[in-house]
Amino acid sequence: MTHHYREQIKNIANKYGNDRGYLMNIAQDIVKEFGYISDEMVAHVAEILNIPMVQVRDMVSFYSFLPRKPLGKNVIRLSNAVIERMKGADEVGKAFEKELGISFGETTKDNLFTLLHTACIGLSDQAPGALINNVPLTNLKPADVPQIIRDIKAGKNVSDLPQARVLLNLKKEGEVICAPLESGQAIRNALNMKPEEVIAEINKSRLRGRGGAGFPTAMKWDFCRKQKSPIRYLICNADEGEPGTFKDRVILTEYPDLVFEGMTIAGYAIGAKEGIMYLRGEYAYLLDNLEKVLAKRRHLGLLGENICGREGFSFDIRIQLGAGAYVCGEESALIESAEGKRGAPRDRPPFPVQKGYKNEPTSVNNVETLCCAARILEKGGEWFAKIGTKDSTGTKMLSVSGDCEHPGVYEVEYGITIENLLELVGAKDTQAVQVGGASGKCVAPKDFGRRISFEDLPTGGSIMIFGKNRDLLECMHQFIEFFIEESCGWCVPCRAGTTLLEKKFRQILDGKGTVQSLAELRRIAQTVKAMSRCGLGQTSANPVLTTIYDFADLYAERIKEEDGKLLTFDLQKAMKVGIEASGRTMEGVK
Amino acid sequence: MSKPVVATGHFTGCFGCHMSILDIDERILDLVELVEFNKSPINDIKHFTKPVDIGIIEGGISNDENAEILMEFRKHCKILVAIGACALTGGVPSMRNLVPLKECLEEAYLNGPTVKSENTGIIPNDPDIPVLLDKVYPCHEVVKIDYFLPGCPPSADTIWNALVALLKGEPLNLDYELIKYD
Repeated sequence: MTHHYREQIKNIANKYGNDRGYLMNIAQDIVKEFGYISDEMVAHVAEILNIPMVQVRDMVSFYSFLPRKPLGKNVIRLSNAVIERMKGADEVGKAFEKELGISFGETTKDNLFTLLHTACIGLSDQAPGALINNVPLTNLKPADVPQIIRDIKAGKNVSDLPQARVLLNLKKEGEVICAPLESGQAIRNALNMKPEEVIAEINKSRLRGRGGAGFPTAMKWDFCRKQKSPIRYLICNADEGEPGTFKDRVILTEYPDLVFEGMTIAGYAIGAKEGIMYLRGEYAYLLDNLEKVLAKRRHLGLLGENICGREGFSFDIRIQLGAGAYVCGEESALIESAEGKRGAPRDRPPFPVQKGYKNEPTSVNNVETLCCAARILEKGGEWFAKIGTKDSTGTKMLSVSGDCEHPGVYEVEYGITIENLLELVGAKDTQAVQVGGASGKCVAPKDFGRRISFEDLPTGGSIMIFGKNRDLLECMHQFIEFFIEESCGWCVPCRAGTTLLEKKFRQILDGKGTVQSLAELRRIAQTVKAMSRCGLGQTSANPVLTTIYDFADLYAERIKEEDGKLLTFDLQKAMKVGIEASGRTMEGVK
Repeated sequence: MSKPVVATGHFTGCFGCHMSILDIDERILDLVELVEFNKSPINDIKHFTKPVDIGIIEGGISNDENAEILMEFRKHCKILVAIGACALTGGVPSMRNLVPLKECLEEAYLNGPTVKSENTGIIPNDPDIPVLLDKVYPCHEVVKIDYFLPGCPPSADTIWNALVALLKGEPLNLDYELIKYD
């Protein structure tokens, strides 16, 4: 048995040149081959790569898509993100449990099925969704479950199931992303300029990063270009893990050429020869097509050596597949992960533009940003700057989900008000809009006149709509649970703080909170926000901090008058064991 | 003007904090001038007879009697001050929290090496004995506590300064030595 592993692992490692930097790919291939990666296999990998075993285990134990124990032949990952649960994921989950006779986290006795929960898989517009053997299934209903299981048992391919259908759901096409592009046109325009001029053109467009933070793209490229180093890297962040985001799914399905065009232009501008697209593990099903597009572009001379006939400009792209970790959307964690390590954020400074991938200057840009860059080089920075608002030029791809008639992706001009957006997507009786995902802001109706823009309401693209009948605070609680799950555990405020926050919040939701608990909740939230090491922790208290004032009534109605007695303390319950152990009855006790 | 009323209470602990209260030495004469004592082990008043301004409690909550008396304190006291490690954290008695209560009782009364012979011991079940809780709770997990004075025990000076500050409604400034415990 050991021998058998050893040979195969050796071959896999060999395929990646026994390079430690490809540790994640090696582990992913091992999981593909054996279904899991055991401690024994970890030891083999360490030996073959000649690195300490803990380094391998450290990496493997971090990612939810790298199981360390054997799973069933078919792995069902049902998304339990907020929107999914609003659309009935819990009922679908119960149907799976009933049909398979197991609970979540378990494997059937015949080793045919493992049932797991997973975070948002980028299908909130067609929820509930699940990944079965990495194939996405959408719009699931409890009644579908028995047939799905029967079909898989009968040997049917998951991709042949009627539910294995991802709708594009592109509801509104704008002029920046969703427009036709002649492959290579933007690159040729760029190559007619000096790299500095390309950056100047981007500067003219006032393009800002689309991931949410809104850093000026030209400035980032300029910083990166000016670093004294012969090697630089360009990374495309396609790890959209923010709950409720799925615009990259649409872009990567429909406009992959535009993304790669943008990456190539960015490579030219900053002086990189190598580009990496970090694709979230949940989007593994997009990989084949993306590789095909890359191959086609190499064939057309748009990638590789001497691009578009330009002597000396070579640039190529590889796709790094993630393995199910939200924090890897943070650029320094993403870089760590792309280097084959656990996705823990780095200390900054140095920033990635100074020391990024393999400690070389690296520009990490969002999928959508790179698309914009390509379009700017096609149509000009001035054209782009005329769209949108003063500080937020261009358009934004919004992923709209939740309580509305037409969930899907909308390319809208920056500056659109929440009110107009709600009208556009057919949302009525809206209680709140979550802008920017779990880490974003929960916007109350009084603020529906506010605008989607960097100067007002910035967002990476996630728009979740909660109707009047939703228990909003329960939804916020699910966001906090999500952060507990996704915290990398490095710093105490985030690791322990998110759990303390959840406990206190639960207490209030259960009607056991007092006025004092509310004050404590606020204090914990502020500590977590102020003291955490990276963006994940710093924003993890937002579900509380952005509702505690604007939705104060929802909190107030659950707060009880307590007379100093804490409602969390249940004397009867605390006495139960003592009474039973001594054979007494409650009746004898006053 | 009537004097402020003070009560003190003791739960699961060693009475060391009350000893520390008495350790204020001759200042106890000042104290008697300053305040009126209601329920307290010091004067052996068993039940509250009027509303109390300041309640001082020591010890953790390990049985139903503790819990009920603590709730009485909360009901009668405007300000409740928890003093000492046991009240604040459960202290030494809470070491039993590491073992499930049932196992604790069985080890003590049925299976322990000092139990005379097998099958003769019983877990005490007299109705007059308070029922042990599943674990020892710090006071602030049972009722709202307004102020905490750490220490095992807090020194007499700490308690005195805190009490005087509370009575005068002044901010409490404790010297570093008084709250440093290592």
